[in-house]
Amino acid sequence: MRERFVELVTRQAGYGEGEMRMSLQVELEQQRNVLIVRLRGELDHHTADIVRFKMEDAIMRGRCDHVVLSLKELQFMDSSGLGVILGRYKLLKSRGGKMVVCDTQPGVKRLFELSGLFKILSFYDSERLAVAGLEVVS
Amino acid sequence: MSGHNHMKLSFASRSENESFARVTVAAFITQLDPTLEQVDEIKTVVSEAVTNAIIHGYEGRTDGIVTVEAELDGDMISLSVSDQGKGIEDLELARQPLFTSRPELERSGMGFTIMENFMDEFDVVSSEAGGTSLRMKKRIESKKALFN
Repeated sequence: MRERFVELVTRQAGYGEGEMRMSLQVELEQQRNVLIVRLRGELDHHTADIVRFKMEDAIMRGRCDHVVLSLKELQFMDSSGLGVILGRYKLLKSRGGKMVVCDTQPGVKRLFELSGLFKILSFYDSERLAVAGLEVVS
Repeated sequence: MSGHNHMKLSFASRSENESFARVTVAAFITQLDPTLEQVDEIKTVVSEAVTNAIIHGYEGRTDGIVTVEAELDGDMISLSVSDQGKGIEDLELARQPLFTSRPELERSGMGFTIMENFMDEFDVVSSEAGGTSLRMKKRIESKKALFN
């Protein structure tokens, strides 16, 4: 069944444009055995912990086998983001699950390419295609 | 743009200042009329360098000072990011892709690789007593320069 819960993370005041007031927002949505993780804002060293904590919590409680990382509204990511994604990928893999990524912005996509993560994760153009791709393997 | 312009920013070694530093530098360089991709590269580089200073230089302590300087000269951006923390023991090793001295922190080991990739020149000076200083340069072939 569909379970939906939204987690808001606001740890820091904004600098610059209004939409940057929120540094990172994590939204989790369960679709059967797939956890959709939507990240909005900026994923760096400061905000990586909350992503680690939220995803770890959901995965360890056994609510999902696979994860779709939905990054349409992730405006910025650096190598700290790659680290936390790689860590959750390893955790899922050790439990027999899969992680796929969808809707990446050009800058974020470039970092995945540069780091080689592009080779070990599957990338899709939309959440719908990503979930469909996972249901074939599950 | 003609002539030099310069900025210097010093702040506490706290992780919430990582976004403050990259957004500030990004705002400063807009006078060169960079592309969105170039702004993204500079933001990423500043973020990597400041994060390194906080995690590795000051080992998570928040009482250190990180200094970011940017200089614009013609179409050239010079960036420097320094700390007075613990220096890098083995520079050669630190610059290897995927190497990290702190695997327990889930570092990807890609910071140096990303900085070297996004900048035209990249140089590290580090000593145990004096901390670490990164100096980098990047040329921005701006839309303005194309029309001159």
